[in-house]
Amino acid sequence: MILVLEQDVLREFLLESTENLNRLDSEIIELEQRPADKELLASVFRTIHTIKGTCGFLGFPLLERIAHQAESLLSLLRSGERRLTPRLVAVILECVDAIRKILAKLEASQQEGPDEYGAILERLAAAIEDPEDSLDVPPPAAPAELEKSSAVSESAIRVDVGLLDKLMNLVGELVLARNQVLQFTTQKEDSKLNATAQRLNLITTELQENVMKTRMQPIGVVWNKLPRLVRDTAQACGKLVRLDMDGAGTELDKTIIEAIKDPLTHLVRNCCDHGIETAEDRVRAGKAPHGLISLKAYHEGGQVNIEVADDGAGVDVAQVKAKALEKGLIRPEQVERMSDHEAMHLMFLPGFSTARTVTNVSGRGVGLDVVRCNIERIGGVVDVTSTKDKGTLIRLKIPLTLAIIPGLVVVSGGERFLIPQASLLELIRIEGDSAGKIERVHGTPVYRRRGRLLPVAFLNQVLGLESAAQEDVVNIVVLQAEDRQFGLVVDGIRDTQEIVVKPMGKQLKGLTVYSGATIMGDGRVALILDVLGIGQRSGVLANRDAQAHSGTQAVAATGSENQRMLLFRAGSFSRLAVPLSLVARLEEFPQAIVERAGGRYVVQYRGGILTMVSLASVLEPESSADTAITHDPIQAIVFADGQRSLGIMVDQIVDIVDESVTVRQSTGRLGLLGSAVVGKLVTDFLDVRAVVQSAAPEWLDDEPGKSASVVMLAEPSSFLRGIVRGELEMAGHRVVEAATAEEALNRMEGCGAGVVLAASHLPPDGFSAFQEAMRRQPSLTDIPVVELAQSPHGRESMLASIGHLVAAVSGETAEPARPVAAGSLEDRA
Amino acid sequence: MSVAQTTQYATFVVEDLFFGIDVLRVQEVLRYQEMTRIPLAPMVAEGLINLRGQIVTALDMRRRLGLAPRGVDRLPMNLVVRTEEGPVSLLVDEIGDVLQLEPADFESAPDNLTPAARELVHGVYKLKDRLLLVLDPDQTLEVNEFLEARPAGSN
Repeated sequence: MILVLEQDVLREFLLESTENLNRLDSEIIELEQRPADKELLASVFRTIHTIKGTCGFLGFPLLERIAHQAESLLSLLRSGERRLTPRLVAVILECVDAIRKILAKLEASQQEGPDEYGAILERLAAAIEDPEDSLDVPPPAAPAELEKSSAVSESAIRVDVGLLDKLMNLVGELVLARNQVLQFTTQKEDSKLNATAQRLNLITTELQENVMKTRMQPIGVVWNKLPRLVRDTAQACGKLVRLDMDGAGTELDKTIIEAIKDPLTHLVRNCCDHGIETAEDRVRAGKAPHGLISLKAYHEGGQVNIEVADDGAGVDVAQVKAKALEKGLIRPEQVERMSDHEAMHLMFLPGFSTARTVTNVSGRGVGLDVVRCNIERIGGVVDVTSTKDKGTLIRLKIPLTLAIIPGLVVVSGGERFLIPQASLLELIRIEGDSAGKIERVHGTPVYRRRGRLLPVAFLNQVLGLESAAQEDVVNIVVLQAEDRQFGLVVDGIRDTQEIVVKPMGKQLKGLTVYSGATIMGDGRVALILDVLGIGQRSGVLANRDAQAHSGTQAVAATGSENQRMLLFRAGSFSRLAVPLSLVARLEEFPQAIVERAGGRYVVQYRGGILTMVSLASVLEPESSADTAITHDPIQAIVFADGQRSLGIMVDQIVDIVDESVTVRQSTGRLGLLGSAVVGKLVTDFLDVRAVVQSAAPEWLDDEPGKSASVVMLAEPSSFLRGIVRGELEMAGHRVVEAATAEEALNRMEGCGAGVVLAASHLPPDGFSAFQEAMRRQPSLTDIPVVELAQSPHGRESMLASIGHLVAAVSGETAEPARPVAAGSLEDRA
Repeated sequence: MSVAQTTQYATFVVEDLFFGIDVLRVQEVLRYQEMTRIPLAPMVAEGLINLRGQIVTALDMRRRLGLAPRGVDRLPMNLVVRTEEGPVSLLVDEIGDVLQLEPADFESAPDNLTPAARELVHGVYKLKDRLLLVLDPDQTLEVNEFLEARPAGSN
């Protein structure tokens, strides 16, 4: 009953099985040496099991029978019912040889061959039934038969991805060198040299294409996991969903495959969750009860198109607009001008899909904005079309590779810059009198392009360069960033080049206007512009994009000092932040239930009374306009320290971002710690302590003044000190601050601190030196010194440790310092 | 910092300061290289150089130490330092010899050193005719703290 198999399925099977068998040989031998090794045994068992499963699936009964018997024997060994003896090993190896022989036949003729393995099967059965001694194993078959090993497995080898990456890098270098050679030869008139250079050119291009191919993987690699996902999600939602896949063989670069895995999974899950209706609804709408999600992938114009379509309810444009309005993502006057297609894209705005879940601090899901960010980061584009009641189609356009991209060379202020071709829409050159065509609306430069206004930015102004352009010629590069377009005025436009994107050093990581650098034909370095970053810096792309970008940044930034921060608005402060670790909950209260009592706002909350303070009234006592209370529902951030809670009313919760704090600057205003740049916008940091003190002074007053709960905080940055101080004080400790080791040591005398928290880079000589200095002073030698954790997650556990330490030092609880905390201190010592 | 055995230092001069850096951290020394300016980058980041196909950030030691800018007529030298994230070049006035120094001559940094220099200096070796400041390469490359960006025309 041999089925006519597709050649490549068989090929895959042979390749995989041959590889497994080779490993099995050595594993079984190893097992003989260490029969007690459970892990090894499990691995052997798995391998045999895989072969059995696959051949059962492909319809090779003979092979399946042998593998099945071998598996039974192994399972006895695994359960410990039988011990591995040399004889059993011999039988298992014999099986392996038999399997190999059948595989060889399969490869040659696609047939399993005659059933001549009865003897082996018998011996296997005997080994399973009988005690070891009854086995009579003939000497292993002459290996001569097996020497002609699998041809398939020899025509393909597995290569380390790292090696392929290296190869790709080298090809990148070669492309650059080729560009340089070509540039030289154009200046020389030597036909031989020119001919050689042309040959080099051709070979390099061919090499580049082929090396690129080695890194290609079919998109099916990602799709494989989707049927299961669809099944599970559909079941969870109580729906009936079918998944159709077309073009699984479409190939993409490995790095791109990695990058689209999550967005694609998200889109498909979204289709199940929101797109497809329940079976009853479908039948009522006159559709088949089963919903259909179809995936399609195909090449088109040097790009890959991936379509995710469903035949569900479609997107209700009016509802999308209403929701975006409600979330404050667009202004009412924008709604009217907006086409349905544009409105559909509102779904991709940060804050659109996630805002509902933001009130529940944990479990904040990934929204479509993240999908778009991820796709755009690799130079892709997301488009969505939808017909009500008919379904939704989301189309992703993805570049084939990332390593070498075409770019346009432009000049501004005497410097060359590169613009990735993928972001480029068109080039406009205005000469002569019409050069004055760039007009201003409210001070903002715009250009009338085919009757529509295009916002314009000047590259030399954005980057602070001097312009060297002729007055009467204006070059505009029209760029696409996210779903919008803008014009970038440059001094000159040169040509397009294949460029190899190289990352920049960590000293320049904070610069969002560049996506990298490359080496030009003349050997000099040129910067690659990040179109989105340029758009934001110049202000032609508005705030909402800054948020979107900050999301990307948070994902991209690694190792730096990331803070999870809650962003919100209050009064005239349009962007305030507070570390999320301080926030207990986010709540929305209907205006009606907020009462006034004793000159304060209160609300009945969780069986108690929650005092509420309007943040605007604390920050701007002089201003009478208290905006937070006028909203319905009222949005509040709840802070808690165990028994007590305080609600701070704000105008709007904007977002949660995970970002490193880049710039600091003290404002000196009551209730604010200072400003920092978050998501490319200046953001004021709330001083929770000061706000609490001003709003509910009794909170801090009746804190126990015991010396044991005093914590010395030694950290050079006053900004970080402010944040950590807030966290400590919210946890009920009193804090004494110091900026250097000397200061800390001096202040220790008399302040009564029971625990010291010190930065790892505490001046002058760092944490260890400070710790030694503490140990040297007899009066301080017993005080625990904890290293200040840099990450917010680390800080949470650190705060917990501090709590335990304080309790232990003061002896106020019976519970001694947790071994965790003590252990971590020991490690430091 | 206590130094148990003799260490070799690559030395260089920035203005009138004489520095040493552990020779094992130095990848190579190059004469002046053409650089690409980086608009909007921190002032310390002077430019990008092409080091045999690798893009290397050049940091100006004068700016890093808070000293007066180098005159336009004086071209800096590149001292390329190894880091985990790839090489970084320090722009210095002059390159000196490699010196082998005894721990006995080492002392921690004097208190009256300028604050900008202090955080970068491990300590001092007392040589016969002058003092050698031992530079901490990792601290030196930490420029994130210095976000005084180049002024932009607009904004």
